[in-house]
Amino acid sequence: MVSEEGFSPRYDLDRWTGLITKPGHKLEGTSLVDKICFFPTAKGGIAAGWAFYDIKWKKIAPKAFIFGVTNPVMVQGAIFAGIPITEGWDPHPREVVKTGDWVRVDPAKKQIEVLKRAV
Amino acid sequence: MELSSEEQAILGGGRGEAAKRALEYQIEVGRFWGAKRFVPVTNVHMMGDIEVMGDAGLEYLKGEAGRGARCAVGTTTNARCIDFAHRERLGQDAGEALKERELIATLRRMDVVTTDTCINYQTVYQPHLGEHVAWGDTGTVIYANSVFGARSNFESGPAALAAALTGRTPEYGFHLSEHRKGSFTVELKAPLHDLADWGAAGKLVGESHQNYYAVPVFHGYHRTPTADELKHLGAALASYGSMAMFHFVGVTPEAQSVEVALGGGVSPESLSITDEDLKKIYSAYSLGDRDARLVVFSGPQQSLFEMKHLASLFKDRKIKSGTTCIVTTNSAILAQCRDLGYAKTLEDAGVTILEGVCFYILQNLSQMRQANRWTNMVSNSAKIVNIIGAHRFNTILRRTADCVDVACSGVLR
Repeated sequence: MVSEEGFSPRYDLDRWTGLITKPGHKLEGTSLVDKICFFPTAKGGIAAGWAFYDIKWKKIAPKAFIFGVTNPVMVQGAIFAGIPITEGWDPHPREVVKTGDWVRVDPAKKQIEVLKRAV
Repeated sequence: MELSSEEQAILGGGRGEAAKRALEYQIEVGRFWGAKRFVPVTNVHMMGDIEVMGDAGLEYLKGEAGRGARCAVGTTTNARCIDFAHRERLGQDAGEALKERELIATLRRMDVVTTDTCINYQTVYQPHLGEHVAWGDTGTVIYANSVFGARSNFESGPAALAAALTGRTPEYGFHLSEHRKGSFTVELKAPLHDLADWGAAGKLVGESHQNYYAVPVFHGYHRTPTADELKHLGAALASYGSMAMFHFVGVTPEAQSVEVALGGGVSPESLSITDEDLKKIYSAYSLGDRDARLVVFSGPQQSLFEMKHLASLFKDRKIKSGTTCIVTTNSAILAQCRDLGYAKTLEDAGVTILEGVCFYILQNLSQMRQANRWTNMVSNSAKIVNIIGAHRFNTILRRTADCVDVACSGVLR
């Protein structure tokens, strides 16, 4: 899932379904469940730190977060929940991947491999 | 990361299983940010209530308490989501309230001091210049870094708890001098009479510079700001801009001059804020259907002097029938307000004072909005006006006295 908007698990996400529900969000109605998610930035405050663990526990967490620029809360939250997270884009994802593609993430190498294109 | 002998001992289980697990987690966070070492912290402030952590978080905490988790340094809690005295009236869930009580008991087992306040910096603990702390709630962090010159990153609930258990935090971000230099300047030409004006200034700067590592340098202001004014400025910068620090020349301890605040660098950008800018902010809020039945003073909790001011504005007045006016503060300030008579003045006017909570994290807030058919929320806090959108309120920022007039007249302008 490639988003053009920044991400906050508390402002944007329904924490019971894993759907983006913020009115007017470009991905409103899209599910994050089991997705590898590309977000340009992180939004929101401290409360996001518990939210990833909460959605992981409810089995509605994404597979990984690939941020352009992130913040400490996202990193603390993702690591706490055991969700892989990386930061830093080169090239911009919009040039190489789109929502629905299948990709593999190697967070240690900061490498994304495209496996299969969306149909 | 380079580990001290004490840290190696913790990893070896010398301080118990919970401290070991906490340090392992902190090492992973530190590695992400390229931290070279840990810094000892003297104080921790953590966000942990049932709304924010859910059943998963509560089970985690119970597990860690069972593994012998105990705080190594003074640790306090942020505002809660349930006011037990007003639970039924607010329509808050009885089952969640029970979990909140279980959560509080679990935290106390770990030696957490459950202060339930987001204004710890005004009422509980004031770190000194250069002191490393691990605080959560963005408003507390920006106040610590900016006004006290202490050093903290945004520490979310799990990260703050880990710091409490180990007594340290990875050295990255605002623990390092290189990130504390100002990155641009803002000249304050507006008089900024009201707390809402300070929040509006924070909104102007924060919205246009959303970056954790952006550090504005305010200068040119004509008088010394009060603690409450800096609190509203900081809370708004953190909320709109995700910022963790600002400088205020001649006021904050790392800003003797613009040059010092910039750390010898040159500001790539110079903003200014005028009264015209503030007027534009106030007039830009949509009044929606002009519903004026909800007025809120919260986010952050009210200080003693904010309570005193509100009491003077509400004295001998009554809020309009059908209107709800909510003020939130912590238990210590409320006790003083009872002594001083401010609480009685407010309650005689029909104001509801909630204790130990913040309005925007109230459990069941969306359902509360629907049950009361509230569409608008009016507040003098730029922060709460920003962050409550997820609950689908149309929000309107107004100056403190104007908010009181809205509450008493039922008319929104």
